[in-house]
Amino acid sequence: MSDLPMIAGALITAPLPVAAINWHSLFFLLFALVACGFAIAVVAADNVVRMAFYLVLSLGATAGLFFLAGAEFLGAMQLMIYVGGTLVLLVFGVMLTAQAPLVAIKGSGRDRVLAGIVGVALLALLLQAAFSVKPWRAPAAGVVAEPAATPIGMSLVGVRVDEPAVGAPAANKRPGYMLPFEIVSIHLLVVLVGAAYLARAKRRKVPRAIEVAASVEPPASVAEHASIGRERHRSGSVLAGGRP
Amino acid sequence: MNIVVASAVPLIGLITEPVSVTHYLVVGAILFVSGVVCMAMKRNALGVLMGIELVLNGANVNFVAFASPYLQGEGSRSLGLDGQVFALFVILLAAAEAAVALAITLNFYNNHATVDVDRADDLKG
Repeated sequence: MSDLPMIAGALITAPLPVAAINWHSLFFLLFALVACGFAIAVVAADNVVRMAFYLVLSLGATAGLFFLAGAEFLGAMQLMIYVGGTLVLLVFGVMLTAQAPLVAIKGSGRDRVLAGIVGVALLALLLQAAFSVKPWRAPAAGVVAEPAATPIGMSLVGVRVDEPAVGAPAANKRPGYMLPFEIVSIHLLVVLVGAAYLARAKRRKVPRAIEVAASVEPPASVAEHASIGRERHRSGSVLAGGRP
Repeated sequence: MNIVVASAVPLIGLITEPVSVTHYLVVGAILFVSGVVCMAMKRNALGVLMGIELVLNGANVNFVAFASPYLQGEGSRSLGLDGQVFALFVILLAAAEAAVALAITLNFYNNHATVDVDRADDLKG
């Protein structure tokens, strides 16, 4: 972060021609900084509500990266499903369980040190792998990505419209995604039914007051009937609004 | 001119050079590691869930980078549509996973009145 004023100063003092700026790279840098910065903020924050907010920003910036990579359909899906759906679900979870002692549960210091060591080691490993990738150069200027929505939709029903031309070697032919699409759809259905079953409001097994009274002793007089009625009314209101 | 500026500020190349696939891989690695550390460190069950989302997003960034038509290398085929479709499946499965995990968390909260994962030791022998 301390480099930014330096870069800005260099941009002012050194005559960097505007034509030398690669705008694609500039916006990539912007989105990448937001995505990585807020991902680290998610780790650093203790308050779970703030973590949810930082996660929204990080995932939104990742959608921006998808747009920059030419995957505009995927970026739109990321915004709609992740930012619009999954995170709203998470925020609801946060709100339903947000009691003062639970909002900020801190791990012990030993856990933090251990997690930090593991994280730094893993990051070093992954960065080494990332930099050892053969330098893929950007294609010549003027390449425009085809709109991806139609090929994706067709591939999901098993037809590849992005196939290599006729006469290409058979090794280049790629199958469609009919079967994974069906599996994922069934999986989603089962999962949603299961989630609704797990999270449904459970009715507690509280014996109704009239049954309790009947089991204790049979009602003998009208006055007792009236008292049972009152008791039943009271316990009914408890049942309706008494869930903690 | 560019060399002078580049020597003045080492990071200026990030703005003047075109983006390569390595840039995306670095972003994906940082997201992934953030998610792993988040999963390992947080004691709130919802924080662990957020770590999982970050990990899946890091994987998605890599898929998209290798599928991008703008980052194609010479002599190596990009993943093309396959990468985008796989990333789409990952997003869908992440949504399903979040729904189930949230239902489990709410159930746990109803039974134990806490979302601390360290307290979920009923099955410990």
